[in-house]
Amino acid sequence: MRAAPRVFPLSVAPNNLPAGAGRAAISLAGVRKRFGEITAVDGLDLEVEPGICFGLLGPNGAGKSTTMRMLTAQTLADEGSISVLGYELPRESKQSRLEMGVVPQLDNLDQELTCRQILMVFARLYRVPRAERAAAVERALQIANLTARADTIVKELSGGMRRRLLVGRGLIHRPRLVLLDEPTVGLDPQIRQELWTLIDGLRADGVTVLMSTHYIEEAERLADTVAVMSAGRIIARGTPAELIGAHAGEQVLEVYGPPDRLGEVSELAASNGWISRRSGPAVAILRAETLDGLAPEGIRRPANLEDAFVALTGEEIE
Amino acid sequence: MSAPASQPAAQAPRRVGRLEPAALAGVMSRDVAIFGRYWKATTFSSVVQPTIYLLAFGLGLKAIAHLPGHVTYQQYVATGVVATAVLFSSAFPGMFNTFIRWQFQRTYDAILAAPVDVEELITAEVLWISLRAGVYGLAPLAVGFAFGLEARWGMVAVPLIGFLTGFGFACFGVTVAAVAKTIDNFNYITSAVLTPMFLVAGTFFPVTNLPAGVRTIAEINPLYHCVQLVRHASIGGLGTGDIGHAAVLVAFALLMWRVAIAQLGRRLID
Repeated sequence: MRAAPRVFPLSVAPNNLPAGAGRAAISLAGVRKRFGEITAVDGLDLEVEPGICFGLLGPNGAGKSTTMRMLTAQTLADEGSISVLGYELPRESKQSRLEMGVVPQLDNLDQELTCRQILMVFARLYRVPRAERAAAVERALQIANLTARADTIVKELSGGMRRRLLVGRGLIHRPRLVLLDEPTVGLDPQIRQELWTLIDGLRADGVTVLMSTHYIEEAERLADTVAVMSAGRIIARGTPAELIGAHAGEQVLEVYGPPDRLGEVSELAASNGWISRRSGPAVAILRAETLDGLAPEGIRRPANLEDAFVALTGEEIE
Repeated sequence: MSAPASQPAAQAPRRVGRLEPAALAGVMSRDVAIFGRYWKATTFSSVVQPTIYLLAFGLGLKAIAHLPGHVTYQQYVATGVVATAVLFSSAFPGMFNTFIRWQFQRTYDAILAAPVDVEELITAEVLWISLRAGVYGLAPLAVGFAFGLEARWGMVAVPLIGFLTGFGFACFGVTVAAVAKTIDNFNYITSAVLTPMFLVAGTFFPVTNLPAGVRTIAEINPLYHCVQLVRHASIGGLGTGDIGHAAVLVAFALLMWRVAIAQLGRRLID
């Protein structure tokens, strides 16, 4: 049971046809970035085809945010090459930023300004022609569902409204590529649903979306292609179905029981070479369809992206 | 709800260049919007502060100050306070606004994700601060009229002098913000650099009254050159000697502009 998603009424199609249609919208090759002792991005290769929603999935600290910042040249790579919308970074980064929108993970709105003022400033920053600015602001307000709060200062908006304003701000110039860094982190389920509807609408309009997330469900619901990032590199990529098939199999067997019993099951799995993981009050054994008669009693369910993710990274996430 | 007006057919995206007026105007439009909320407080302080200086120094010290020529002490202080008004309304916003917008509000992160580069961002911020400083530099003159300062045509140059001086000091403030670890570190700069700077610049007493060593330091102080220009424009009349003063201010502004961009750029782009 979930609230019906509110429908975002407007088309958010870009006004320019992709110049390099057919070529990768984003391309990273051999990218490395160190911060002192820490290697945040460690030999990253990534291609994002135009027109898709690409999910960059990984636990906290995997290097997703650093990767996102490198795509706007706010972080410079130590090694490797990056191109965005056919422009080579960092040299042509300003040109690529003109044609893409960014929705940051952290709220960086001006607390003292109204929604309308913020959108007007960004309409100028994104070089929306003077004659079109007022309409662009109205359109962004409608995308953000904030028309009624247009003249409210940001300080007085709720967290969900601010997030929607961030999205509206990133779309004010009809970008053909949108970067969304953890777009729904910390939001309640209803607002998350609204944003998902919006992101889905973007893709339907031909906008390329690169979304980083550590919510598996988000990637599973929205992304055409998912790349799993761990310790600064991509360790797997494919459609959600491909990743599940390749790394978690068809079925998962969940065995419930008291802690002692779960310990035994884990040991049994290890001794038979089965891939298993603790999943709340149960032990989940992956590739359950391949288990022979030794399989313990339990509940079988279809494998999901979370299973594949855990199998790949060895890390449990929410 | 109606669909948005359809856009013109596909067109090549416009090319962006270096130091684009559109980017500068965009960043400054944000400053204007914020100023719209705070102009009363800012204007109040920039009028009240010189009034207090004029009253305190003009009435308190006029008996003991030894001035060259026929300048009254009130005239002397009124023109000197122009420089302090410019200093305070440029160095402090340079420091505090930069630090708050960059570190606390992350506004600069948002702007740099748009097609604006560090050079444009800092230049626009500093341009706005120095335009404001140039205008607020007129407040002490207005107050000075009440204390016997006469209006002269040369005074139309004062906003320009204030702008030029303010540009350098705003860039200085941005540089301080870029290298400061915390906002509390500003106290070192305020007490050890700005306070002596505004006192030893011929603002309240002539630098000729100072010992030779201190006098040399005063003459390196860009604020001293601002004071000289303002005083000549408002009282004595500008002469060829003032080209040197203006040259120092231009050099200071250009140098600090590049330093501010390099220092804050290093911190904004990692």
